[in-house]
Amino acid sequence: MLSLLRTLWAVFLHLFRRRETILYPEEKPYLPPRWRGRIILSRDPDGGERCVACYLCAVVCPVECIALQATEDEHGRRYPEFFRINFSRCIFCGFCEDACPTYAIQLTPDFEMGEYHRPNLVYEKEDLLISGPGKHPGYNFYQVAGLAIGGKGKGEAENETPPVDRRGLMP
Amino acid sequence: MNAIILQLIILFGVLIVVLSIAAGLIWLERRLLGFWQDRYGPNRVGPFGTLQVLADMIKIFAKEDWVPPFADRVVFVLAPALIIVTVLMTFAVIPFTPGIQVVHLDIGLLFFLAMSSMGVYSVALAGWSSDNKYSLLGGLRAAAQMLSYEIFMGLSLLGVVMLAGSFDLVRIVEAQRRLWFCIPQFLGLGIFLIAGVAETHRLPFDLPEAESELVAGYHAEYSGMKFGMFFVGEYLGITLISALIVTLFFGGWLGPILPPIIWFALKTLFFICGFILLRASLPRPRYDQLMTYGWKVMFPLALVNIVVTAGILLALPH
Repeated sequence: MLSLLRTLWAVFLHLFRRRETILYPEEKPYLPPRWRGRIILSRDPDGGERCVACYLCAVVCPVECIALQATEDEHGRRYPEFFRINFSRCIFCGFCEDACPTYAIQLTPDFEMGEYHRPNLVYEKEDLLISGPGKHPGYNFYQVAGLAIGGKGKGEAENETPPVDRRGLMP
Repeated sequence: MNAIILQLIILFGVLIVVLSIAAGLIWLERRLLGFWQDRYGPNRVGPFGTLQVLADMIKIFAKEDWVPPFADRVVFVLAPALIIVTVLMTFAVIPFTPGIQVVHLDIGLLFFLAMSSMGVYSVALAGWSSDNKYSLLGGLRAAAQMLSYEIFMGLSLLGVVMLAGSFDLVRIVEAQRRLWFCIPQFLGLGIFLIAGVAETHRLPFDLPEAESELVAGYHAEYSGMKFGMFFVGEYLGITLISALIVTLFFGGWLGPILPPIIWFALKTLFFICGFILLRASLPRPRYDQLMTYGWKVMFPLALVNIVVTAGILLALPH
């Protein structure tokens, strides 16, 4: 009986506690930087697209909401001709971000993407591309990869030694 | 002629006020439960969410009012009306202030006990007519629970009747001018409180609808406004029991400075909030625990209360 009264009193005291509720539209909740929300495509520090259209994100996507078409520019640099994410299918699992070899595709702390019409949830490349490098500043895939593209030959990447001449006799 | 008009005004005034209080309790309960769980509760519709009641009404009226094909149609429709009618009938004898009372009965208290027993029919018939296992179990539980709690509810009030020397609610209140009955009849108050909670089948004694075991108990098959009527009936019941506790144990309209009606309303509101606090904090007992508690603890206690009160009254010289 006494314990019941103590319970009543303890519950009553909650009247004066701080409310845990976040009054959402007026007061925005804190979302951690690694929150898996709206997907974006980032750019490298030079301003070029990071995406090399390797299809890994489209392959790993469990709901197959990513569609893209690879192509190459005149310097031999791969990029997606189109890149389309259907957010009415996306489950925000973040596998695409994990699969991406160039940090191009990233999930951001933003979930406010409600739409009245389903077609508006299909984001094209120009909707997805942002102007900056996102979560990985200073990373430039083509500057650290050994691949030769226009303007950067073999062995000219960062931390890369010039290639060994296999046919030469000198050490 | 004027007397009749006055009577009509009082009648409809009481009806409207009581019904709107019952509706307002929907908001109050959700709000208070929210506060006690560190939430806000409904606070969006209108100032402080008070128009939530209106929104709920619109919603519940717009819902499909479905009668299951296997149900006993007449009884099914009748049951929710019964609970409202019986509770509203009881409000007729409550003396809100010396002037505001719909009927002044010499046996007001007996009338209340009779009417609250009638309320069992609503729940039991609802469970029966739904022709659903869970509903029937809920109805059976309600019948057994209310029968056993009704007994010591009546017995707990005998102490008050002995002290006041009358079944008339106005005279009971008048008899509390010197001392509220909650002090000499503290045991009776405790028993009546518990019986009152069981009578309105509110938590922690809401076994007839126990949602974790019986889906929704006796009103599992109800929808739309029929379901709403059970709800309004429940809130009316809370208001009624609170008003009766105030009348019988806390001096009714008596109080300094403020006008009588304000005192009555304030005291009643206090006990309504108490009912909601009970719901917020206490777990539901098992069914056999409920019965054991009623018959083996509360019933003997009520008898002891009667004997002791009667003994003291006889011993004291008047």
